[in-house]
Amino acid sequence: MEQFLQQIASGLANGAIYACVALALVMIYVSTDHINFAQGEMAMFSTYLSWQLMTWGLSFWAAFIVAVALSFVMGVVIERLILRPLHNAPVLSIIVVFIGLLAIFNSVAGAIWSYLIKEFPSPFPKSSFGIAGVIGPHQLGVVVVTLVVLGLLFVFFRYTPLGLAMRAAAQNPQMARLVGVRVDWMLALGWGLASSIGAVAGIMVAHIVYLDPNMMAGILLYAFASALVGGISNPAGAVAGGFIVGVLENMVAYAGNQIEKATGIYIIGNGEKLTVALIIVIFVLTVKPAGLFGRVVVKRV
Amino acid sequence: MAALLEVSGLKAFYGQTQSLYDVGFEIPTGGITTLLGANGAGKTTTLRAICNMVRTDGTVRFDGKNIRGMATEEIVRRRIAHVPEGRGTFTTLTVDENLRIAAYTRRDKQGVRDELDRVFTYFPRLKERIQQQAGTLSGGEQQMLAIARALMLKPRLMLLDEPSFGLAPLIVQEIFRILKRINEEEKVSILLVEQNAALALDLATHAYVLETGRVVMSGPSAVVKNDENVRKSYLGY
Repeated sequence: MEQFLQQIASGLANGAIYACVALALVMIYVSTDHINFAQGEMAMFSTYLSWQLMTWGLSFWAAFIVAVALSFVMGVVIERLILRPLHNAPVLSIIVVFIGLLAIFNSVAGAIWSYLIKEFPSPFPKSSFGIAGVIGPHQLGVVVVTLVVLGLLFVFFRYTPLGLAMRAAAQNPQMARLVGVRVDWMLALGWGLASSIGAVAGIMVAHIVYLDPNMMAGILLYAFASALVGGISNPAGAVAGGFIVGVLENMVAYAGNQIEKATGIYIIGNGEKLTVALIIVIFVLTVKPAGLFGRVVVKRV
Repeated sequence: MAALLEVSGLKAFYGQTQSLYDVGFEIPTGGITTLLGANGAGKTTTLRAICNMVRTDGTVRFDGKNIRGMATEEIVRRRIAHVPEGRGTFTTLTVDENLRIAAYTRRDKQGVRDELDRVFTYFPRLKERIQQQAGTLSGGEQQMLAIARALMLKPRLMLLDEPSFGLAPLIVQEIFRILKRINEEEKVSILLVEQNAALALDLATHAYVLETGRVVMSGPSAVVKNDENVRKSYLGY
């Protein structure tokens, strides 16, 4: 039983990370109809920034805040300098740009900080945080931090005029212009926010997966699965999808272990977790392409 | 009276296709002007050209200043409100959000609340639906919401594209009554594009007739209404 609870708890902690990256993907998707394949590598780069700041003597949380802020600027700059000139380009060109960004971030990070795997600290005190036997201090901390970030985002989009303008620009850009919304800037702002959310995810997960230029590759896959489960155009769905995928992968592995214990036959285990994510992607796309919470878009032709 | 909007030599292009050729007209301050014409004559394009939503050439002077080529959102911020064709609302946002978005650059919260109250005096029905998603409103209510939102911009000039489109005659009459009140009480000048020529000519003081991207006739509504060609082509008697 204790093991079962532990699996759920660590699933929620992983799920919180997936939820953040999935949300970042969805935010860009709803306003541009593109999936940013470089989202994970941008988050990785932000994590390196925070690591660099820490080695220069900043405390964890100071480095966290500065890195998240720098990531925001990085997102805005990428949108303005690289994607803005391409806003009328065909989808394929934009996908190539995303893949290019992915490769560039990966190799620049490798060139600056080397491909050696680094340890990354956890800011959560081991003694006073977490619930013994159920959830570790870092896992609980990750869940709390991401929930706070998601809550802040919800309040921003739901209750502030700027958040409203961003939603309007995403829903109908031309109409948004007609009420005076500077749609181009809303897109850049969306990129900035997505980049910041990715940075939060990266910095939180680095203690678990360790810091290296490829740290986000697997997580990006899980985030895709999460976003698809929730419905690719639904931000709340992406968050829910993140937690669902996080818990589900652990449950599958847990069930596999139990079966192996009981019968001695190995079917599935911890090694196949990433496969679970891919199976989810295929399953959702074939059975329910709109996701659990997505709306089926019916177009009149 | 000085012209609020002077359009001259206006051309518009969709890709390689030219759809306006040398359109010119003036809108007097405080007046209601209508653009008439058959389908494809360029009425909607003219409105879109004023707001720089298509590629254009020529001059569009608003309040004496050339605004042609400015970004749409900057033109809107000079208080030209465009109510587009069809149901011009954000369907997934609530009525309240649809109205507030028009005031999002304003910092004075009390001012925005007052503005909302004032707009609701014209459209009391929207107040009852304030938390409803715009997409769940009836067609007439959505059109009212689009006009109400335009009013939230405190416009000096309102561009209306087929406000009667697809609505029951009674609703259309109600909307046209409200437009007249807005023109008189809020001192908003109006440029109205309408298929329903009889209705438009009753409301407007001036009329321009467009044919294949050119102005072919203009004058006070009463004169245009009695023109034989207009009667035959657009009024149907």
